[in-house]
Amino acid sequence: MGKPIKVKAKLKGDVAEVKVLMPHPMESGARVNADTGEKVPKHYIQEVVCKHNGNVVNTAFWGTGVSKDPYMAFKFKGAKPGDTLEISWKDNTGDTSVAETTFK
Amino acid sequence: MRLQRRALIRSLFTAAAVLAVPRWLFAARPDAAFDADNSETVVKDLFDGSITESDQITLKVPDIAENGAVVPVTVSTDLADVESISVLVDNNPTPLIALFELSPQSIPDISVRMKMGESSVVRTVVKAGGKFYSASKEVKVTIGGCGG
Repeated sequence: MGKPIKVKAKLKGDVAEVKVLMPHPMESGARVNADTGEKVPKHYIQEVVCKHNGNVVNTAFWGTGVSKDPYMAFKFKGAKPGDTLEISWKDNTGDTSVAETTFK
Repeated sequence: MRLQRRALIRSLFTAAAVLAVPRWLFAARPDAAFDADNSETVVKDLFDGSITESDQITLKVPDIAENGAVVPVTVSTDLADVESISVLVDNNPTPLIALFELSPQSIPDISVRMKMGESSVVRTVVKAGGKFYSASKEVKVTIGGCGG
């Protein structure tokens, strides 16, 4: 299980404004370990899925070029207090993490 | 007249088919495009057909990035029926950074932070109503962020 995802979700009328922080090393496979001189293997998030009340709002596919501890922000329509928001990621090693929050 | 009507009927059928099967629900990660080492291959892989430059896309990136390891990028657009937003950095070892697939519920306004190995053109391609639109901007990087 990956590290917990931090989610900040705000409602402005029926528009949801979501900010997500996902602690993850996001190793591109190009970085060299200074002590051993060996390349650090690729380890990065490939897919982030955001669901509103169980329905997919957006899917983000990522390459190795997304920064360490990725931050992502997005908006969507049709949300109201009490609705659920689920964010999940999957990385290239098959590791996953899921967070769920409820709009206030 | 007759021909036009036929064309109209055909386009209505096409529209119905597109609406009935939203592409974003079934899409899988385009692994080959993410592994490609140049923007041309990514464009050929992902954006079949022509890409139009559009001033209805706002690509927000810094002019100068002091730290290439963390370059904030925001893409928003006034284009209607946005299906996906992609971000590319031409001079990165693998240019395709991210591909966001948006449902009709989404508002096309996304932000993410990316790595840049060196100064480069940053490109965004927006798929809207089945067509591709782009915007680009040059970002100068003072310290590269691709490790090494």
